[in-house]
Amino acid sequence: MDLNYTPEQNALREEVRQWLADKVPAQPLQSFDTKEGFEQHRQWEKTLAEGNWGMVTWPVEYGGRGCDLIQWLIFEEEYYRAGAPLRVNQNGIFLLGPTLMEYGTAQQKERFINAMASGEEMWAQGWSEPGAGSDMAAIRSTAIREGEEYVINGQKIWSTRAVFADWVFCIFRTDPASSRHQGLSFIFVPLDAPGVTVRPIAQLDGLPGFAEIFFDDVRVPVANRLGEENQGWRIAMSTAGFERGLMLRSPARFQQTAKRLVELYRQHRDEVLDLSVADAVVKAYMGAQAYALSTYQTASKLMKGGKIGAEASLNKVFWSELDQQMHETALSILGARAELLPHAPAAGAVGNWLDGFLFAQSGPIYAGTNEIQRNIIAERLLGMPR
Amino acid sequence: MDFTFTEDQQLLADSVATFLHREVTPERIRASWEGEGSDTRLWQQLVELGLPAMLVPEEHGGLGMNELDFIQIAQECGRVALAEPLVEMAMIATPMLAQLAAGSQPCARVLQQIAAGEARVAIGHPLNPAVADAGIADWLLLASGREVHLVPSDAATLIRQDSVDPSRRLYTPEWDRTAPTYRVAGEEAGAAAWCAALNRGAVLNAALLLGLAQGMVAQSVTYAGDREQFGRPIGANQAVKHHMANCAVQAEFARSPIYRAAYAVAQDPARAHIAASHAKLAAGEAALLAAKNAIQVHGAMGYTWECNLHIWAKRAWALEKNWGDAGFHQERLHAWLLEDTTDIGAEHTFDYPAPEALDSAA
Ligand SMILES: Cc1cc2nc3c(=O)[nH]c(=O)nc-3n(C[C@H](O)[C@H](O)[C@H](O)COP(=O)(O)OP(=O)(O)OC[C@H]3O[C@@H](n4cnc5c(N)ncnc54)[C@H](O)[C@@H]3O)c2cc1C
Repeated sequence: MDLNYTPEQNALREEVRQWLADKVPAQPLQSFDTKEGFEQHRQWEKTLAEGNWGMVTWPVEYGGRGCDLIQWLIFEEEYYRAGAPLRVNQNGIFLLGPTLMEYGTAQQKERFINAMASGEEMWAQGWSEPGAGSDMAAIRSTAIREGEEYVINGQKIWSTRAVFADWVFCIFRTDPASSRHQGLSFIFVPLDAPGVTVRPIAQLDGLPGFAEIFFDDVRVPVANRLGEENQGWRIAMSTAGFERGLMLRSPARFQQTAKRLVELYRQHRDEVLDLSVADAVVKAYMGAQAYALSTYQTASKLMKGGKIGAEASLNKVFWSELDQQMHETALSILGARAELLPHAPAAGAVGNWLDGFLFAQSGPIYAGTNEIQRNIIAERLLGMPR
Repeated sequence: MDFTFTEDQQLLADSVATFLHREVTPERIRASWEGEGSDTRLWQQLVELGLPAMLVPEEHGGLGMNELDFIQIAQECGRVALAEPLVEMAMIATPMLAQLAAGSQPCARVLQQIAAGEARVAIGHPLNPAVADAGIADWLLLASGREVHLVPSDAATLIRQDSVDPSRRLYTPEWDRTAPTYRVAGEEAGAAAWCAALNRGAVLNAALLLGLAQGMVAQSVTYAGDREQFGRPIGANQAVKHHMANCAVQAEFARSPIYRAAYAVAQDPARAHIAASHAKLAAGEAALLAAKNAIQVHGAMGYTWECNLHIWAKRAWALEKNWGDAGFHQERLHAWLLEDTTDIGAEHTFDYPAPEALDSAA
């Protein structure tokens, strides 16, 4: 065990810090759940890609830097420290990109990866359906093979950023006689294809952060299928998925939230009468710190050839509930002002805590609800009966 | 940057774990509650494994290892609810003696005896109301104000203080505080030594608490798989599963802070305040939750003397309050974190505050 950064790691930190200091927009971008904000964020992805900072863990041939997980953590720390824009390209970078590299054909990699990396083509994820939420294997939308095409019918829902994205990667039932985990395939669909209807869904903040997608005899070439036919479930759940569990929410994000929370408390400490608030602030700091330490430990283990499996569920439960706890605490500090939207004349410096609080309510739901994660922990990590 | 244990550290921890799981059975722990309250043969076995000598510096005949080498062993001691005072004696008292040995002949001599397996030392930190295992110790490290006294146990009068945990053998000592031969550190050196001891004590007890939590979860998972109601194992019910999953989450996010704090203590225990307090708080919370949920999952059986669970639960309830209770450690974090000048944030994961910036709590 050596908990010091090497000179190379420090140099990387310095390089990232410099680059971000030069490039991060001085004015915060608009929300990427608006048309203008989305395009601003797309532009930012392009800037990142031009500096080869878009996805540092990707191989050099795909515009990455071949960074290991510790280097990735350093990058993320600097990224959040600099207050750089949130990643509108998240689905591409963290979800589809690594899966494409593992399962894609040479042509698919060539066709999709660079356009994804540059922000030219933005991706949405289309797995959930009205009847298939926690129970994803209940997917009913179909893609039926006709010669060199699939004909797609059905409906996806809760697809993040599908309102403005260019493509969606989906799981469809390619074997209509199949049930549950069998007979599913992983297929890409352009969102402007004939027969595709995207209906925006307003989230708690009123903005169309996700969408329903209707497929009405939509035709896509068979070449849009990732991996073997009827192997979609395995690809979706592949080992790479567990590493993504590590990367979905980097600890730096929560460490910076904890830092802002501590600053908020310091600023308002004389007005806070609720004695439990100071403890909650300290708890928030400890939680963020514990998540960071745990991630460094996991990253070190993986770099030495270790694996993570169902442990990713421990992470998901922890960070999502930490995020709620931190934002609840911030609203407690703000007191009656907490309900005011930032532009309300009496709001003063309430900042964007309310926005963060609303979003934190979704953490225990998306990427597998925390109840499902707890089932996984009990059954797969602890070995309790199903 | 590498947050893993070395192969040697892992091998040692694994082999000690195997030994402990084989030898330290609940029956054996219960047997030690009768009579003198010590399992002499078990202690002898621990000596043969070289465990008490691990942290004795090589110049005093020991193995010259450090807290990081021992931290996973401490966790395993908790897992089996070891009643013998290995962690306090080998990991907290011994390094304190080592810290004082340069200026104190008696400390150096006692270290030699520990390395040879001939002496046991109990420690009475001023934060703890009683001295654990003073009755079987040959020497006592005691506080008089901030001075450190090294007292032969037969020169002290020991008043027994019964604990809820029958494995904890507590005493309050009385001794001649004016006898000059006992004093091994004056006020100033003593304050530093007690402060370092407290950080060590907090971290090592955090590891014990984590092990206790894991031990209770393991027993409850087994029980929930065996016990049937409504024609199926109770563990198939989601409410029962989620009790256990919650314990697993808390334990997992106590683990890294503990290892990180052990690293800090091994480097410089006087700078380890924040890491140590974080570790102790996180582990204390994990252990309390595990005790509560484990009892719940056992039903009425969990409320009995017969069920082994209380061996672990009572230890957890006791240790969570020792070596600084939650209030003490929270106060330290408050004083540091909420101060206007403290730098935190994503780039500071491994940074440590200078000790001057902290209270010299001891
Ligand atoms: C902000 C946000 C973004 C999202 N983005 C995407 C996206 O881009 N693409 C996509 O495909 N999906 C997306 N989702 C959907 C998400 O994956 C689902 O919401 C999630 O899987 C839960 O499904 P559900 O909403 O249908 O809830 P349900 O499955 O109906 O669950 C409702 C409640 O019942 C509980 N429950 C259900 N089954 C069990 C069980 N077996 N045991 C215990 N409790 C149970 C759940 O835990 C939950 O509390 C997003 C969701 C949110 C909130």
